[in-house]
Amino acid sequence: MKLTHWILALGATGLLALGAGHGYGLLATPAEASMGETGRILYLHVPTAWVAMLAFTVAFLAAIGSLWSGKATWDLSMESGIEVGMVFSVLICIQGPIWAYPTQNYWWTWDPRLTTTAIMVVAFTGVLVMRRLIHQHERRMAATAVATIVSWVNVPVVYFSVEWWDSVHQDLSQVSSVDRVMLIPLLVSLAGTSLLGTAFFLARYRVARARYLTEEVAPELPDLPEQLELEDSP
Amino acid sequence: MKTFLALLHKDLLVGWRGRVRLVGLATYALTLLLLFSFAVGPDTMALRDHASAYLWLAIMSSSTLLLAQSFQQEVEAGAIEGLILLPVPPPALYYAKALANLLLLLFLGVVMLPVAMVLFDLALSGSLLMLLLIILLGSAGIVAPGTLYAAMTARLSSQQVVLPLLLFPLVVPPILAAVKATDLVLEGDAMGQLPAWIGLLAIFDAIYWSLSGLLFGKVLDE
Repeated sequence: MKLTHWILALGATGLLALGAGHGYGLLATPAEASMGETGRILYLHVPTAWVAMLAFTVAFLAAIGSLWSGKATWDLSMESGIEVGMVFSVLICIQGPIWAYPTQNYWWTWDPRLTTTAIMVVAFTGVLVMRRLIHQHERRMAATAVATIVSWVNVPVVYFSVEWWDSVHQDLSQVSSVDRVMLIPLLVSLAGTSLLGTAFFLARYRVARARYLTEEVAPELPDLPEQLELEDSP
Repeated sequence: MKTFLALLHKDLLVGWRGRVRLVGLATYALTLLLLFSFAVGPDTMALRDHASAYLWLAIMSSSTLLLAQSFQQEVEAGAIEGLILLPVPPPALYYAKALANLLLLLFLGVVMLPVAMVLFDLALSGSLLMLLLIILLGSAGIVAPGTLYAAMTARLSSQQVVLPLLLFPLVVPPILAAVKATDLVLEGDAMGQLPAWIGLLAIFDAIYWSLSGLLFGKVLDE
Protein backbone atom coordinates (compact mmCIF):
# COMPACT_ATOMS: atom_id res chain seq x y z
CA MET A 1 0.00 0.00 0.00
CA LYS A 2 1.25 3.47 -0.78
CA LEU A 3 1.53 6.17 1.85
CA THR A 4 -1.49 8.00 0.44
CA HIS A 5 -3.61 4.89 0.84
CA TRP A 6 -2.48 4.48 4.43
CA ILE A 7 -3.38 8.09 5.14
CA LEU A 8 -6.85 7.66 3.65
CA ALA A 9 -7.47 4.32 5.36
CA LEU A 10 -6.32 5.48 8.78
CA GLY A 11 -8.13 8.80 8.47
CA ALA A 12 -11.40 7.17 7.42
CA THR A 13 -11.23 4.53 10.17
CA GLY A 14 -10.36 7.23 12.68
CA LEU A 15 -13.30 9.39 11.63
CA LEU A 16 -15.65 6.40 11.81
CA ALA A 17 -14.44 5.46 15.29
CA LEU A 18 -14.63 9.08 16.39
CA GLY A 19 -18.18 9.35 15.07
CA ALA A 20 -19.18 6.10 16.76
CA GLY A 21 -17.55 7.08 20.06
CA HIS A 22 -19.12 10.54 20.05
CA GLY A 23 -22.51 9.23 18.93
CA TYR A 24 -22.48 6.67 21.72
CA GLY A 25 -21.21 9.22 24.20
CA LEU A 26 -23.80 11.83 23.29
CA LEU A 27 -26.84 9.57 22.96
CA ALA A 28 -26.40 6.37 24.93
CA THR A 29 -24.54 7.31 28.10
CA PRO A 30 -26.06 9.07 31.12
CA ALA A 31 -25.06 12.66 31.88
CA GLU A 32 -22.10 13.12 34.18
CA ALA A 33 -23.05 13.25 37.87
CA SER A 34 -21.55 16.59 38.97
CA MET A 35 -21.25 18.43 35.67
CA GLY A 36 -24.40 17.27 33.87
CA GLU A 37 -24.55 17.28 30.07
CA THR A 38 -21.42 19.45 29.84
CA GLY A 39 -19.40 16.54 31.16
CA ARG A 40 -19.78 14.85 27.79
CA ILE A 41 -16.95 16.98 26.42
CA LEU A 42 -14.82 14.38 28.21
CA TYR A 43 -15.10 12.17 25.12
CA LEU A 44 -13.47 14.92 23.07
CA HIS A 45 -11.09 16.55 25.52
CA VAL A 46 -9.23 13.53 26.89
CA PRO A 47 -8.48 11.98 23.46
CA THR A 48 -7.32 15.37 22.11
CA ALA A 49 -4.94 15.89 25.02
CA TRP A 50 -3.68 12.33 24.69
CA VAL A 51 -2.86 12.73 20.99
CA ALA A 52 -1.21 16.13 21.61
CA MET A 53 1.17 14.67 24.17
CA LEU A 54 1.73 11.56 22.06
CA ALA A 55 2.62 13.67 19.02
CA PHE A 56 5.10 15.79 20.98
CA THR A 57 6.63 12.62 22.39
CA VAL A 58 6.99 11.21 18.87
CA ALA A 59 8.69 14.48 17.91
CA PHE A 60 10.98 14.15 20.92
CA LEU A 61 12.00 10.59 19.99
CA ALA A 62 12.47 11.65 16.37
CA ALA A 63 14.67 14.54 17.56
CA ILE A 64 16.90 12.08 19.41
CA GLY A 65 16.98 9.90 16.30
CA SER A 66 17.91 12.81 14.07
CA LEU A 67 20.75 13.90 16.36
CA TRP A 68 21.94 10.32 16.65
CA SER A 69 21.86 9.31 13.00
CA GLY A 70 21.66 12.57 11.07
CA LYS A 71 19.08 11.00 8.73
CA ALA A 72 16.53 13.34 7.17
CA THR A 73 13.65 10.90 7.86
CA TRP A 74 13.92 11.56 11.58
CA ASP A 75 14.05 15.29 11.01
CA LEU A 76 10.93 15.21 8.85
CA SER A 77 9.10 13.00 11.38
CA MET A 78 10.03 15.50 14.07
CA GLU A 79 8.59 18.38 12.05
CA SER A 80 5.37 16.45 11.46
CA GLY A 81 5.13 15.41 15.11
CA ILE A 82 5.49 18.97 16.36
CA GLU A 83 2.90 20.30 13.93
CA VAL A 84 0.33 17.62 14.74
CA GLY A 85 1.03 18.20 18.43
CA MET A 86 0.51 21.93 17.93
CA VAL A 87 -2.87 21.44 16.25
CA PHE A 88 -4.11 19.17 19.01
CA SER A 89 -2.71 21.23 21.89
CA VAL A 90 -4.28 24.40 20.49
CA LEU A 91 -7.51 22.39 20.35
CA ILE A 92 -7.18 21.47 24.04
CA CYS A 93 -6.65 25.13 24.85
CA ILE A 94 -9.93 25.91 23.06
CA GLN A 95 -11.91 22.97 24.47
CA GLY A 96 -10.72 23.58 28.03
CA PRO A 97 -12.36 27.01 28.39
CA ILE A 98 -15.52 25.72 26.67
CA TRP A 99 -15.68 23.06 29.36
CA ALA A 100 -14.59 25.31 32.22
CA TYR A 101 -17.03 28.19 31.69
CA PRO A 102 -20.32 26.33 32.29
CA THR A 103 -18.91 24.20 35.12
CA GLN A 104 -16.50 26.55 36.92
CA ASN A 105 -17.76 29.94 35.73
CA TYR A 106 -14.48 31.18 34.28
CA TRP A 107 -12.79 30.73 30.91
CA TRP A 108 -9.22 30.60 32.07
CA THR A 109 -7.35 30.58 35.33
CA TRP A 110 -3.68 30.46 36.28
CA ASP A 111 -3.78 26.89 37.31
CA PRO A 112 -0.74 24.56 36.98
CA ARG A 113 -2.32 22.33 34.31
CA LEU A 114 -3.49 25.23 32.18
CA THR A 115 -0.32 27.24 32.67
CA THR A 116 2.01 24.39 31.83
CA THR A 117 -0.09 23.54 28.76
CA ALA A 118 0.15 27.13 27.57
CA ILE A 119 3.91 27.08 28.14
CA MET A 120 4.15 23.88 26.11
CA VAL A 121 2.31 25.48 23.19
CA VAL A 122 4.52 28.58 23.25
CA ALA A 123 7.70 26.51 23.57
CA PHE A 124 6.93 24.43 20.49
CA THR A 125 5.78 27.52 18.58
CA GLY A 126 9.30 28.84 19.16
CA VAL A 127 10.77 25.66 17.71
CA LEU A 128 8.61 25.97 14.58
CA VAL A 129 9.52 29.65 14.16
CA MET A 130 13.20 28.79 14.39
CA ARG A 131 12.71 26.04 11.83
CA ARG A 132 11.49 28.58 9.30
CA LEU A 133 14.37 30.96 9.97
CA ILE A 134 17.35 28.65 9.54
CA HIS A 135 17.75 27.87 5.86
CA GLN A 136 20.70 25.53 5.78
CA HIS A 137 19.41 21.97 6.15
CA GLU A 138 22.03 20.45 8.50
CA ARG A 139 22.03 23.39 10.87
CA ARG A 140 18.25 23.54 10.92
CA MET A 141 18.10 19.84 11.69
CA ALA A 142 20.54 20.04 14.62
CA ALA A 143 19.16 23.26 16.07
CA THR A 144 15.49 22.25 15.99
CA ALA A 145 16.24 18.76 17.29
CA VAL A 146 18.04 20.27 20.28
CA ALA A 147 15.23 22.77 20.85
CA THR A 148 12.63 19.99 20.63
CA ILE A 149 14.44 17.86 23.20
CA VAL A 150 14.73 20.77 25.61
CA SER A 151 11.11 21.88 25.05
CA TRP A 152 9.80 18.37 25.59
CA VAL A 153 10.82 18.62 29.27
CA ASN A 154 7.46 20.41 29.56
CA VAL A 155 5.35 17.45 28.49
CA PRO A 156 5.76 15.27 31.61
CA VAL A 157 5.38 18.42 33.70
CA VAL A 158 2.01 19.06 32.00
CA TYR A 159 0.96 15.46 32.52
CA PHE A 160 1.83 15.26 36.20
CA SER A 161 0.97 18.87 37.04
CA VAL A 162 -2.41 17.83 38.45
CA GLU A 163 -0.66 15.53 40.90
CA TRP A 164 2.28 17.74 41.83
CA TRP A 165 0.31 20.89 42.56
CA ASP A 166 -3.18 21.54 43.81
CA SER A 167 -5.11 21.91 40.61
CA VAL A 168 -8.66 22.85 39.69
CA HIS A 169 -8.30 20.49 36.74
CA GLN A 170 -9.63 16.95 37.02
CA ASP A 171 -7.12 14.39 38.29
CA LEU A 172 -5.19 12.09 36.00
CA SER A 173 -7.59 10.13 33.82
CA GLN A 174 -7.25 6.45 34.55
CA VAL A 175 -9.30 3.48 33.54
CA SER A 176 -10.36 3.00 37.17
CA SER A 177 -11.57 6.60 37.58
CA VAL A 178 -14.14 6.35 34.78
CA ASP A 179 -17.37 4.37 34.98
CA ARG A 180 -17.80 1.39 32.63
CA VAL A 181 -20.68 3.06 30.72
CA MET A 182 -18.55 6.09 29.95
CA LEU A 183 -15.37 4.13 29.45
CA ILE A 184 -16.55 2.49 26.21
CA PRO A 185 -17.26 5.70 24.26
CA LEU A 186 -14.14 7.26 25.76
CA LEU A 187 -11.91 4.43 24.59
CA VAL A 188 -13.55 4.33 21.15
CA SER A 189 -13.06 8.09 20.77
CA LEU A 190 -9.50 7.71 22.00
CA ALA A 191 -8.78 5.09 19.36
CA GLY A 192 -10.47 7.22 16.69
CA THR A 193 -8.55 10.36 17.59
CA SER A 194 -5.28 8.43 17.71
CA LEU A 195 -5.91 6.99 14.23
CA LEU A 196 -6.86 10.43 12.93
CA GLY A 197 -3.72 11.88 14.53
CA THR A 198 -1.61 9.20 12.87
CA ALA A 199 -3.23 10.01 9.51
CA PHE A 200 -2.47 13.72 10.02
CA PHE A 201 1.08 12.82 10.94
CA LEU A 202 1.59 10.73 7.81
CA ALA A 203 -0.02 13.35 5.58
CA ARG A 204 2.18 16.04 7.07
CA TYR A 205 5.20 13.76 6.68
CA ARG A 206 4.36 13.33 3.00
CA VAL A 207 4.40 17.11 2.51
CA ALA A 208 7.61 17.50 4.52
CA ARG A 209 9.32 14.78 2.48
CA ALA A 210 8.20 16.28 -0.82
CA ARG A 211 9.52 19.68 0.25
CA TYR A 212 12.78 18.16 1.42
CA LEU A 213 13.23 16.27 -1.85
CA THR A 214 12.64 19.35 -3.98
CA GLU A 215 14.72 21.71 -1.87
CA GLU A 216 17.64 19.59 -0.77
CA VAL A 217 17.96 16.54 -2.98
CA ALA A 218 16.79 17.68 -6.44
CA PRO A 219 19.72 18.34 -8.76
CA GLU A 220 20.34 21.81 -10.14
CA LEU A 221 18.53 22.32 -13.42
CA PRO A 222 20.87 22.69 -16.39
CA ASP A 223 21.00 26.09 -18.12
CA LEU A 224 18.53 26.37 -20.93
CA PRO A 225 20.26 26.40 -24.32
CA GLU A 226 17.50 28.57 -25.85
CA GLN A 227 18.78 31.52 -23.88
CA LEU A 228 22.12 31.43 -25.69
CA GLU A 229 20.51 31.16 -29.11
CA LEU A 230 18.30 34.11 -28.38
CA GLU A 231 21.30 36.23 -27.50
CA ASP A 232 23.08 35.30 -30.74
CA SER A 233 20.19 36.07 -33.04
CA PRO A 234 19.96 39.70 -34.14
CA MET B 1 40.16 21.62 33.28
CA LYS B 2 43.02 23.81 32.15
CA THR B 3 41.34 24.49 28.81
CA PHE B 4 38.11 25.20 30.63
CA LEU B 5 39.82 27.77 32.83
CA ALA B 6 41.52 29.34 29.83
CA LEU B 7 38.17 29.61 28.04
CA LEU B 8 36.50 31.03 31.12
CA HIS B 9 39.32 33.55 31.43
CA LYS B 10 38.83 34.51 27.80
CA ASP B 11 35.09 34.97 28.20
CA LEU B 12 35.43 37.01 31.38
CA LEU B 13 38.20 39.09 29.81
CA VAL B 14 35.93 39.86 26.85
CA GLY B 15 33.24 40.80 29.34
CA TRP B 16 35.67 43.05 31.21
CA ARG B 17 37.06 44.72 28.09
CA GLY B 18 33.52 45.41 26.97
CA ARG B 19 32.50 46.74 30.35
CA VAL B 20 30.84 49.74 28.71
CA ARG B 21 28.27 47.25 27.45
CA LEU B 22 27.89 45.79 30.90
CA VAL B 23 27.32 49.21 32.40
CA GLY B 24 24.78 49.89 29.68
CA LEU B 25 23.06 46.62 30.47
CA ALA B 26 22.96 47.40 34.19
CA THR B 27 21.47 50.81 33.40
CA TYR B 28 18.87 49.12 31.22
CA ALA B 29 17.97 46.75 34.05
CA LEU B 30 17.69 49.61 36.53
CA THR B 31 15.52 51.56 34.09
CA LEU B 32 13.23 48.54 33.92
CA LEU B 33 12.89 48.55 37.71
CA LEU B 34 12.08 52.26 37.61
CA LEU B 35 9.55 51.69 34.83
CA PHE B 36 7.78 49.03 36.87
CA SER B 37 7.37 51.44 39.76
CA PHE B 38 6.15 54.19 37.41
CA ALA B 39 3.70 51.80 35.76
CA VAL B 40 2.21 50.71 39.07
CA GLY B 41 2.11 54.23 40.46
CA PRO B 42 2.72 55.45 44.00
CA ASP B 43 0.96 52.49 45.60
CA THR B 44 3.67 51.41 48.04
CA MET B 45 1.82 48.35 49.18
CA ALA B 46 1.33 46.99 45.67
CA LEU B 47 4.97 47.68 44.82
CA ARG B 48 6.20 45.92 47.91
CA ASP B 49 3.92 42.92 47.32
CA HIS B 50 5.10 42.36 43.77
CA ALA B 51 8.72 43.44 44.23
CA SER B 52 10.19 39.98 43.68
CA ALA B 53 8.22 39.60 40.44
CA TYR B 54 9.54 42.94 39.13
CA LEU B 55 13.09 42.05 40.13
CA TRP B 56 12.97 38.74 38.27
CA LEU B 57 11.27 40.17 35.21
CA ALA B 58 14.04 42.76 35.00
CA ILE B 59 16.70 40.06 35.37
CA MET B 60 14.98 37.92 32.74
CA SER B 61 14.68 40.61 30.10
CA SER B 62 18.23 41.87 30.59
CA SER B 63 19.48 38.28 30.42
CA THR B 64 18.36 37.87 26.80
CA LEU B 65 20.40 40.93 25.81
CA LEU B 66 23.41 39.64 27.69
CA LEU B 67 23.12 36.15 26.20
CA ALA B 68 22.59 37.39 22.66
CA GLN B 69 25.67 39.59 22.97
CA SER B 70 27.87 36.82 24.29
CA PHE B 71 27.70 34.91 21.01
CA GLN B 72 27.22 37.83 18.65
CA GLN B 73 30.73 39.03 19.45
CA GLU B 74 32.13 35.60 18.62
CA VAL B 75 30.27 35.40 15.33
CA GLU B 76 31.05 38.95 14.25
CA ALA B 77 34.78 38.52 14.70
CA GLY B 78 34.68 35.02 13.19
CA ALA B 79 36.14 33.81 16.47
CA ILE B 80 33.64 30.99 16.76
CA GLU B 81 35.18 29.10 13.84
CA GLY B 82 38.57 29.32 15.52
CA LEU B 83 37.11 28.00 18.75
CA ILE B 84 35.44 25.08 16.98
CA LEU B 85 38.68 24.18 15.23
CA LEU B 86 40.59 24.04 18.51
CA PRO B 87 40.96 20.57 20.04
CA VAL B 88 38.58 21.52 22.83
CA PRO B 89 35.60 19.34 23.77
CA PRO B 90 32.35 21.25 23.11
CA PRO B 91 31.12 20.82 26.71
CA ALA B 92 34.17 22.77 27.92
CA LEU B 93 33.28 25.56 25.49
CA TYR B 94 29.71 25.51 26.73
CA TYR B 95 30.43 25.45 30.43
CA ALA B 96 33.02 28.23 30.17
CA LYS B 97 30.60 30.42 28.24
CA ALA B 98 27.68 29.58 30.53
CA LEU B 99 29.69 30.22 33.69
CA ALA B 100 30.94 33.55 32.35
CA ASN B 101 27.37 34.52 31.47
CA LEU B 102 26.21 33.41 34.90
CA LEU B 103 28.81 35.59 36.60
CA LEU B 104 27.84 38.59 34.48
CA LEU B 105 24.14 38.05 35.16
CA LEU B 106 24.87 37.63 38.88
CA PHE B 107 26.69 40.94 38.77
CA LEU B 108 23.56 42.52 37.28
CA GLY B 109 21.38 40.88 39.93
CA VAL B 110 23.61 42.08 42.76
CA VAL B 111 23.54 45.62 41.36
CA MET B 112 19.75 45.51 41.00
CA LEU B 113 18.99 44.09 44.43
CA PRO B 114 19.82 47.14 46.61
CA VAL B 115 18.15 49.47 44.10
CA ALA B 116 15.02 47.32 44.14
CA MET B 117 15.06 47.28 47.94
CA VAL B 118 15.18 51.07 48.04
CA LEU B 119 12.70 51.65 45.20
CA PHE B 120 10.11 49.19 46.42
CA ASP B 121 10.69 49.91 50.10
CA LEU B 122 11.57 46.34 51.02
CA ALA B 123 12.58 44.95 54.35
CA LEU B 124 14.58 41.74 54.45
CA SER B 125 13.01 39.31 56.88
CA GLY B 126 15.10 36.26 55.93
CA SER B 127 18.88 36.09 55.57
CA LEU B 128 20.74 38.00 52.87
CA LEU B 129 22.84 34.94 52.13
CA MET B 130 19.68 32.99 51.30
CA LEU B 131 18.55 35.75 48.97
CA LEU B 132 21.90 35.69 47.17
CA LEU B 133 21.66 31.91 46.87
CA ILE B 134 18.23 32.28 45.23
CA ILE B 135 19.56 34.89 42.80
CA LEU B 136 22.42 32.51 41.98
CA LEU B 137 20.13 29.52 41.40
CA GLY B 138 17.55 31.52 39.48
CA SER B 139 20.15 33.12 37.22
CA ALA B 140 21.67 29.68 36.65
CA GLY B 141 18.25 28.46 35.50
CA ILE B 142 18.09 31.25 32.91
CA VAL B 143 21.69 31.09 31.75
CA ALA B 144 21.91 27.32 31.14
CA PRO B 145 19.28 27.03 28.38
CA GLY B 146 20.00 30.65 27.40
CA THR B 147 23.62 30.01 26.47
CA LEU B 148 22.61 26.98 24.42
CA TYR B 149 19.91 28.88 22.55
CA ALA B 150 22.10 31.95 22.07
CA ALA B 151 24.63 29.71 20.33
CA MET B 152 21.90 28.21 18.15
CA THR B 153 20.48 31.55 17.11
CA ALA B 154 23.75 33.50 16.91
CA ARG B 155 23.83 33.47 13.11
CA LEU B 156 20.21 34.46 12.63
CA SER B 157 19.50 38.04 11.69
CA SER B 158 16.32 37.83 13.73
CA GLN B 159 18.03 36.56 16.88
CA GLN B 160 16.53 39.34 18.99
CA VAL B 161 13.07 37.92 18.25
CA VAL B 162 13.78 34.21 18.29
CA LEU B 163 15.94 34.00 21.41
CA PRO B 164 13.31 35.30 23.86
CA LEU B 165 10.60 33.34 22.06
CA LEU B 166 12.52 30.10 22.61
CA LEU B 167 13.94 30.95 26.00
CA PHE B 168 11.05 32.47 27.94
CA PRO B 169 8.78 29.39 27.92
CA LEU B 170 11.70 27.30 29.13
CA VAL B 171 12.59 29.54 32.03
CA VAL B 172 9.04 29.83 33.35
CA PRO B 173 9.51 27.05 35.94
CA PRO B 174 12.80 28.40 37.36
CA ILE B 175 11.50 31.99 37.31
CA LEU B 176 8.30 30.91 39.05
CA ALA B 177 10.30 29.15 41.75
CA ALA B 178 12.74 32.05 42.08
CA VAL B 179 9.94 34.63 42.43
CA LYS B 180 8.21 32.52 45.08
CA ALA B 181 11.44 31.92 46.99
CA THR B 182 12.47 35.59 46.84
CA ASP B 183 9.04 36.54 48.08
CA LEU B 184 9.36 34.16 51.01
CA VAL B 185 12.78 35.51 51.99
CA LEU B 186 11.57 39.11 51.77
CA GLU B 187 8.19 38.70 53.42
CA GLY B 188 8.98 35.95 55.86
CA ASP B 189 8.39 32.23 55.53
CA ALA B 190 5.71 31.39 58.05
CA MET B 191 4.78 28.03 56.52
CA GLY B 192 8.31 26.77 55.91
CA GLN B 193 7.79 26.51 52.14
CA LEU B 194 11.17 27.93 51.21
CA PRO B 195 13.11 24.62 50.99
CA ALA B 196 10.55 23.19 48.54
CA TRP B 197 10.93 26.10 46.10
CA ILE B 198 14.72 26.12 46.37
CA GLY B 199 14.64 22.38 45.76
CA LEU B 200 12.57 22.89 42.61
CA LEU B 201 15.04 25.54 41.42
CA ALA B 202 17.96 23.22 42.06
CA ILE B 203 16.28 20.38 40.14
CA PHE B 204 15.65 22.56 37.10
CA ASP B 205 19.23 23.87 37.27
CA ALA B 206 20.57 20.32 37.37
CA ILE B 207 18.42 19.25 34.37
CA TYR B 208 19.23 22.31 32.26
CA TRP B 209 22.96 22.44 33.03
CA SER B 210 23.53 18.77 32.24
CA LEU B 211 21.19 18.58 29.21
CA SER B 212 22.55 21.76 27.61
CA GLY B 213 26.17 20.67 28.07
CA LEU B 214 25.37 17.36 26.37
CA LEU B 215 23.55 18.96 23.44
CA PHE B 216 25.91 21.89 22.84
CA GLY B 217 28.25 19.87 20.62
CA LYS B 218 25.39 19.07 18.26
CA VAL B 219 24.57 22.74 17.84
CA LEU B 220 28.13 23.73 17.03
CA ASP B 221 28.69 21.04 14.39
CA GLU B 222 28.75 22.73 11.02
